[in-house]
Amino acid sequence: MGRYDRNMNMLSREENERLRNFKVCVVGCGGLGGYVIEMLGRLGIGYITAVDMDVFEETNLNRQILSNVNVIGKYKAMEAKERMKLVNPDVFINPVVEKFDIENGERILKGHDLAVDALDNIETRFVLQDICEKLNIPLVHGAIGGWFGQVTTIFPGDRTLDVLYKQKVKKGIEKELGNPSFTPALVASIQVSEVLKVLLNRGEVLRKEVLYIDIYSQEYHKIKL
Amino acid sequence: MIKVKLFATLREGRQKEVVFDYFDGITGKYIIDMLDIKEDDVAIYLINGIDGKINDKLKDGDVVSIFPPVGGG
Repeated sequence: MGRYDRNMNMLSREENERLRNFKVCVVGCGGLGGYVIEMLGRLGIGYITAVDMDVFEETNLNRQILSNVNVIGKYKAMEAKERMKLVNPDVFINPVVEKFDIENGERILKGHDLAVDALDNIETRFVLQDICEKLNIPLVHGAIGGWFGQVTTIFPGDRTLDVLYKQKVKKGIEKELGNPSFTPALVASIQVSEVLKVLLNRGEVLRKEVLYIDIYSQEYHKIKL
Repeated sequence: MIKVKLFATLREGRQKEVVFDYFDGITGKYIIDMLDIKEDDVAIYLINGIDGKINDKLKDGDVVSIFPPVGGG
C-alpha cells in the first residue's frame, strides 16, 4: 500500500481501498482526458475506460500528456493503456478506439459509476449528457480554450450544459485561441477532484454551478446556474 | 443605469465593465448589438447573477454578466 501512503490522511484507508472498485469512463483522451486518466490512475481508480478514435499528431505535443515523439500516429486510447502500465499497473485501462456518438454511447458508458467529459467539441458533449442522464450516471464536465476553462458536475436531471451552451454553438473560443500546456492540466485537476468527491460522496461539488476560470486575469468565478 | 460585466475574450477591444443608460425596454440583445458581440459568443448570460435570456427586459440598476463559450478539450 506504499504507493498510496501520500493519499492518506486526506483519504482514509477504507476510502483508498474503495477507489479500486470504481469504474470511470473518460470520454476524450486529448489535452484534458490525458491528464484526467493520469490522475485517476495515480489515485488508484481501479477501472478506467479511455475513449478516443484519434491518433496522436505533432500538434498534440504542446499539451497532451499521453503524447511524445515516439507515439505520433498511434491511437490515443491505446497509449493511455501503455502509459498506465508504467504509472500504475494495478489500474485496468479499457481502451475504446471509437468516436463517441448516439449509436455507441450507451454501450460504452453502461456499467460505469461516473463519466468524465473531456471532449473537444460541444455537439458531442450534449450527446454525452443525454446518455449519462438515461443511464443515471453523474458527469464531470470540463472545457478549455486558451487562457480560459470551465468545470461543472452534472447529475442526472440537472442538464447543466443546456445553460452553459445556450446557443448550441459547435466550437467555443478555443477555435481562435488554441490550447497551451497549462490550461488542460489545471482544468483536468479540478475535474479529477470533482470525480473523487462524487465517488466518495464527500466535500462540496460544483453542482448546478460552474467554475469559470480565467488565468489571463487570474479570476475564478463560481457561478450558480 | 445597467452595468455590463464582460469576461474572457469578450474583453478584447472592450472594457471589463461597460455602463448603459437605462431606458424602458432595454434588453441584453440591444446591449450585445451595441457592443458588437455576436449572439454565438454569448454562452453564459446572467442578470444580477441569475441565469437569464438576452431578450428579457432589464430593470434600472440591473447588472448583466456575459461569458463566451469554452468548448475545447
